[in-house]
Amino acid sequence: MNTIDIKQNEPSQVELNQVELTQTVGNIYADDAKMSIRNANVHYGDKQAIHNVSLDLAKNQVTALIGPSGCGKSTFLRCLNRMNDTIDICRVTGQLMLDGEDIYAKELDPVLLRARVGMVFQKPNPFPKSIYDNVAYGARIHGLTNNKTELDEIVETSLQKAGLFNEVKDRLKDPGTGLSGGQQQRLCIARTIAVSPEVILMDEPASALDPIATAIIEELIDELKEKYTIAIVTHSMQQAARVSQHTAYFHMGKLVEMGKTEDIFTRPSHKLTENYITGRFG
Amino acid sequence: MTTSEKTSSPSGFTSKLHLDKHISRRFNEELEQVRTLVMKMGELVEQQVNDGLSAVLNADATLAEQVIERDKKVNSMELEIDEYCTQILARRQPAASDLRLIVSVIKSITDLERMGDEAVKFGKNAIKLARGNFAEEEGARPLVELKHLGKHISETLNTALIAYAQMDTDAAYKIIENDNIIDEEFDNISRLLVTKMMENPREIKNALRVTWCARALERIGDHTTNLCEYIVYLVEGKDVRHGNMN
Repeated sequence: MNTIDIKQNEPSQVELNQVELTQTVGNIYADDAKMSIRNANVHYGDKQAIHNVSLDLAKNQVTALIGPSGCGKSTFLRCLNRMNDTIDICRVTGQLMLDGEDIYAKELDPVLLRARVGMVFQKPNPFPKSIYDNVAYGARIHGLTNNKTELDEIVETSLQKAGLFNEVKDRLKDPGTGLSGGQQQRLCIARTIAVSPEVILMDEPASALDPIATAIIEELIDELKEKYTIAIVTHSMQQAARVSQHTAYFHMGKLVEMGKTEDIFTRPSHKLTENYITGRFG
Repeated sequence: MTTSEKTSSPSGFTSKLHLDKHISRRFNEELEQVRTLVMKMGELVEQQVNDGLSAVLNADATLAEQVIERDKKVNSMELEIDEYCTQILARRQPAASDLRLIVSVIKSITDLERMGDEAVKFGKNAIKLARGNFAEEEGARPLVELKHLGKHISETLNTALIAYAQMDTDAAYKIIENDNIIDEEFDNISRLLVTKMMENPREIKNALRVTWCARALERIGDHTTNLCEYIVYLVEGKDVRHGNMN
């Protein structure tokens, strides 16, 4: 396995604030990468939000993206299924590959990409439709099936995988918006799963939920990784430590450090990572 | 400079571990309090070891009684620091160097408490030796050797506690590497005492007591090495226990 340069002589705190962060510390490479990003840069108009970020998302594992507000982790996540295409002034450059295929290739349909790389947002956002239709929607528009029995099966399986089926099986016709916050989030996860994605991106999926609903979502993430590759943006360091196998620390649009979660939370290599996860200044 | 003087200044420990740099000032204070408590316990244990040894060498039953009595304080400090660390784990969920600090403190105080127990063994043996009338000509040589080993252990413990206070990994590595010297010294005393026992079976009881004291010193040496291993873990994040220096 290749590793990027690890700085041998750690600069002092003062030096760090002045230093131009050009190198990522740790290991960005995965033995079995589902997605490989190389030298990704994102601009909003003249302003650069992501600087030369390279990393792999390991297949069937959870990668946590952490960092302070405005560090670019959500922007980076949104690059992975071209959600930034919807923002006119946003420009993405670099090499972003899914199974060796360039996801920014001209001939690639972003709608189809988003079926392969699904997304779950911070705030549960079910459609104002029934529970059933929320889950069936993607399968219908992507033409996965026209057969009612098959659709029923997709809905049931997806709700089961999202750990919601038993709670809603008797009220599939009720509106999705009538569910609790945690249930709505699991409904959104079911909706994402229904179109058989390969990668699931999660942007703070539990930050609006109570501890019980959060624990259920985290348990679900652990189960989902058996079938899907997951990238999760979270502000909760404990959550990143609990659910992920790899952690990437972003700071001011740069990837400062990436490594195994067990190492990042016990012996991070970079002072900036250490300061962030221990709640220090700097 | 005494351990107390060197360890009471928070400079090395606090500045090397950046304990004063948390956004939460309360957390800074809590970690500083952990530091203070551990250093206090270290000083108390050092005093126990020195007094215990002195009681043995001088057959001082009064001092021995004091050492035995003071062990209660060592035990209660272990409980207090353990509880304090548990509270920090529960309430702060420390990570990285803060986590390593708490983990190494929890382990360090176990070693310190056991050193305290070894000091109590000195106390108990000192009382028996005082009553046992260990014939001067029989006891002279082993006690001289014991004094020599005791001085070595006492200095090592002092250096280790100062290294702990200063988070000085160079000093810690040196102590870890020199652990075998203590083991060799212990072997020498053991051999000497076995010879004494064979030469004069009437003194077996007393010779055994001196052996147990030497054994206690050797154990204190091992616990001191453990403390140094925790210093390396805390500062460098490396686990060098069981000779794992890579």
